[in-house]
Amino acid sequence: MANPMRSKASSIASHIVLGFWSLLVLFPLWTMLINSFKMRLDIYKDPFGLPLKWNFNSYAVVFKDSNFLRYFQNSFFVTIGSILIILFFGSLAAYALANARGKWVKWVYFFFIAGMMLPIKIGSIRLLGMVKSLGLLNSLGSLFPIYSAMGLPIAILILTDFIRTIPIEITEAAIIDGATRLRIFFTIIIRLMRPALGTVAIFNLVPLWNDLWFPLIFINKEENKTLILGVTRLFGQYQTDWSKILAALTLSAVPVIILYLVMSKQFIKGLTAGAVKG
Amino acid sequence: MTSSQRRSSAIQKTRGFSTIRKEVFPWIGYILPALLIYSVFMAYPLISSIGMSLFSANGVDGSTFVGFDNYIKLFSQGEHAVRYWGALGNTFYFFLIHMVIQNILGLLFALLLSSPYQKGSSVYRTIIFIPATLAVLVTGYLWKLILNPQWGAVNMLLKNLGLDAVAFAWLGEPEIALTVISLVSSWQWVGMPTMIFLAGLQTIPEDLFEAARIDGANGKQLLWNIKLPLLLPIVGIVSVLTFVNNFNAFDVVFAMENVNGAPMYSTDLLGTLFYRVGIAGQHPVGIPDRGMGAAIATITFFILILGVQLIQRFTRSREAR
Repeated sequence: MANPMRSKASSIASHIVLGFWSLLVLFPLWTMLINSFKMRLDIYKDPFGLPLKWNFNSYAVVFKDSNFLRYFQNSFFVTIGSILIILFFGSLAAYALANARGKWVKWVYFFFIAGMMLPIKIGSIRLLGMVKSLGLLNSLGSLFPIYSAMGLPIAILILTDFIRTIPIEITEAAIIDGATRLRIFFTIIIRLMRPALGTVAIFNLVPLWNDLWFPLIFINKEENKTLILGVTRLFGQYQTDWSKILAALTLSAVPVIILYLVMSKQFIKGLTAGAVKG
Repeated sequence: MTSSQRRSSAIQKTRGFSTIRKEVFPWIGYILPALLIYSVFMAYPLISSIGMSLFSANGVDGSTFVGFDNYIKLFSQGEHAVRYWGALGNTFYFFLIHMVIQNILGLLFALLLSSPYQKGSSVYRTIIFIPATLAVLVTGYLWKLILNPQWGAVNMLLKNLGLDAVAFAWLGEPEIALTVISLVSSWQWVGMPTMIFLAGLQTIPEDLFEAARIDGANGKQLLWNIKLPLLLPIVGIVSVLTFVNNFNAFDVVFAMENVNGAPMYSTDLLGTLFYRVGIAGQHPVGIPDRGMGAAIATITFFILILGVQLIQRFTRSREAR
């Protein structure tokens, strides 16, 4: 086995490398958080230290004179709603693709999977026209169908694969008892699929929550803006007042960071899904 | 027989399906909703953009067939060509920096994190991945403040160290702005390849290392002869992901500069050019040219298909497992 002296030396070296990068990651986040609690001019005097006087006013102002809660609510509604659509229709389709027979299954499967490689942004001009003619411009309703379409390919990839690994014996008994396919799906398959559904949910959660592109091109109405789109407005509005900008940035980042810290394993697994397996 | 084959044949026996209609019909209700959403809101817009690129559609509703005029303009005529080639070149440069940083740092971090002697590995892992969970817009804004020439933390630090000479206007100089933005974006995404490589390393069977060690292989040989060759297909996956994301990048330039790719178009990417031409409308006209925008999107579409094929060809392992 490796010689202990050398492995100790290399372990110190790797602590230095990993520690340095960790500092590089944490430093911007630290400056964001800490300066959001400072008085406006204190930031320029000492951008790194703890505040001399803790100032919570920036947060109060961000909440008071913007629709911050409204943005937050909109993002929450759109993200969760789209994920539910993706999970429900994705798992139904995956159930069929895993069980049906015939050449057509392969074709349909590949048709879905092809969407993973091709970003939907490329079709934005056409989508904009469609959204306009559906009368959905400026409304949150424009985002659901597009986000759902974006999430379906990965959902079908992961869920079809997963259903194929469910041992036949589990459903066989139910088939013999005369249960219908739909019944088997709702009583047995969905329950077994929970971990895979979690992976799909997380895979979609972060990009949808953080999306700027589609809200930017579809939504101009203040009360229907999503959180990230709202942040662009606040950034312009508070241009010279960094503590307020930083408060807004912190507020928009904190929900995801907290969720990530609570379940980092699932996040890492979910967000790298599709790349890791296969 | 795999379990899915067994399951299908079991269903076949119980139900006695034989004709194609019987194969397809019972499943239509399951597949249709997903297929509809996906076809209408993803496949159709992607494909019909190609058709749109053959029309001149810059008026309110007028659109005339112009053949490949939009492409000819983009590639060879005046202002259009200058902007297009500029954005294409910038996008490649942006991609190149990501490739170098993500593959090298990702691999390095993954190898360090996977070492059995490494203490605190899970803490490092959690920290390295944090930026990948943040919105690109938020990291872009944050770094824009940090890199601010007068008040930003970076230049303040440099000035305190007496390095005034290198306290640049990081985002204001055309020669360096794109590099700085590429580095910020790489900073954000490096956790992705790290975790993908790490997962790849963990799938290498332990007996492979055991056998090599028994044969007297040292750490270096293990790395070069076992780990790296087995990770080559993963380099491919990381490259494909980076490629697809980079050729669509928009948010980071939007946040750190503006949709014009300031300063002097030096950070203009295909994503920002597409936005200006096809969606927002350019100065001085202010009306989007949908045909031209669709042409930009169509070329990107083919670049992506071609690029993904090429990357996969170069990085696929000799023997597909």
